[in-house]
Amino acid sequence: MSDKEPLFSAKNRKLLTNPLGSDNPITVQVLGICSALAVTAKLEPAIVLSISVMAVLALANVIVSLLRNTIPSRIRIIVQLVVVAALVILVDQILKAFAYDVSKQLSVFVGLIITNCIIMGRLEAFALGNRPWPAFLDGIGNAAGYGLILVIVAFFRELLGSGTLYGYKVIPDAVYAMGYDNNGLMILPPMALVVVGIIIWVQRSKDKSLIESN
Amino acid sequence: MNTNSNTYTFLYASVMVLIVAAVLSFTALQLKPRQNKNREIEKKQDILKAVGVTSTPADAEKLYDQYIVKAFTVSAEGNVKSEDKEEAFKVDLKKEGSKDLKERNLPVFVFNKEGVGEKMILPVRGKGMWGPIWGYISMEKDGNTIFGATFAHKGETPGLGAEIATPAFQDQFVGKQIFDESGKFTSIILVKGTAKGNPHQFDAVSGGTVTSKGFEAMLLDNLGSYEKFLKSSK
Repeated sequence: MSDKEPLFSAKNRKLLTNPLGSDNPITVQVLGICSALAVTAKLEPAIVLSISVMAVLALANVIVSLLRNTIPSRIRIIVQLVVVAALVILVDQILKAFAYDVSKQLSVFVGLIITNCIIMGRLEAFALGNRPWPAFLDGIGNAAGYGLILVIVAFFRELLGSGTLYGYKVIPDAVYAMGYDNNGLMILPPMALVVVGIIIWVQRSKDKSLIESN
Repeated sequence: MNTNSNTYTFLYASVMVLIVAAVLSFTALQLKPRQNKNREIEKKQDILKAVGVTSTPADAEKLYDQYIVKAFTVSAEGNVKSEDKEEAFKVDLKKEGSKDLKERNLPVFVFNKEGVGEKMILPVRGKGMWGPIWGYISMEKDGNTIFGATFAHKGETPGLGAEIATPAFQDQFVGKQIFDESGKFTSIILVKGTAKGNPHQFDAVSGGTVTSKGFEAMLLDNLGSYEKFLKSSK
């Protein structure tokens, strides 16, 4: 790559915007579904997890990209895993010492980040073959695409399942008095899968090029 | 250099592991004192929260010293074992929980504030779905009625079991009673959605059955070990 390529060239901008739509990690690449089920019962954890994933993915992408020419190919997955795990532990320790309240909110998510398929997927598919800056953008873009879906799913699950948004009550008591009830099924994990399915359906019916031909 | 040779692969892996181990242990050692301090402050905040005193990490220690007038440990027989405030604060409930009931040191924190009166704060600790859950319950002087409660957890599922840490769940304990009319210890029993108005029941977390059951067991075990002390203090 020539050094003259601008930081935000058209190609680099695509790295940021594609994962939001036509190359979304959850709805198109179908990665990271597990955590999309686990943390989307409420809006707040979904947002907190998205931000943490963004930090870890961008950093891990840069580190693996810097090391890409030295990593022995036979143990590359292990090397990636060690990088991600070490980063997650570091982030966790630093939060516990300097931002204790945030670390309490994250609780199990920190562990979930290590198991997030998006991280390993992006390290393997992108960071190993690209320079650090595009790898960084790819990390930010994919984490944003992941976060977008998480927030959409959490929005519907919290609204319909608990009648709240970000913990605030949005459905007035008058509606409940008329016989409306929160849908308990929405809080349970299967409904996350159904909501993700509906998002995939809507996206593919709008963008026909995403439909696989058999 | 041939990055695919066995020697290179082994060396790479060894060096990588050494570097990562060194970085992680160095960070952990450096940050440990700060983290422990944070945990202590959090504990003081939790104890205060059980009586409805909200504090920030900055003023928690001051408020704790001001309002927690004494703290002591008792035995399951109800006898005072130690009157040392610092010692009661440092009791490790995890260790005590694994001891025989007879040998447990049970901490009691006494809160006093003008206009609110004297309350006893009892710590509880049990098992949730993924890890420990714990909390503090403040009792009226009658040793029966709950004045306030706060609960926390290590890693319950967000939106499900983790709801035990929300005010919506905790507020339902205010006014509940752990002894029935005849003075028998009953603890507070889990039900699904119908606990309102019954002083001996609490509502489970929907979708958090395992956490709720562990919670019920925690109350029974922990409050049960204070039974004799509470009866004698009436």
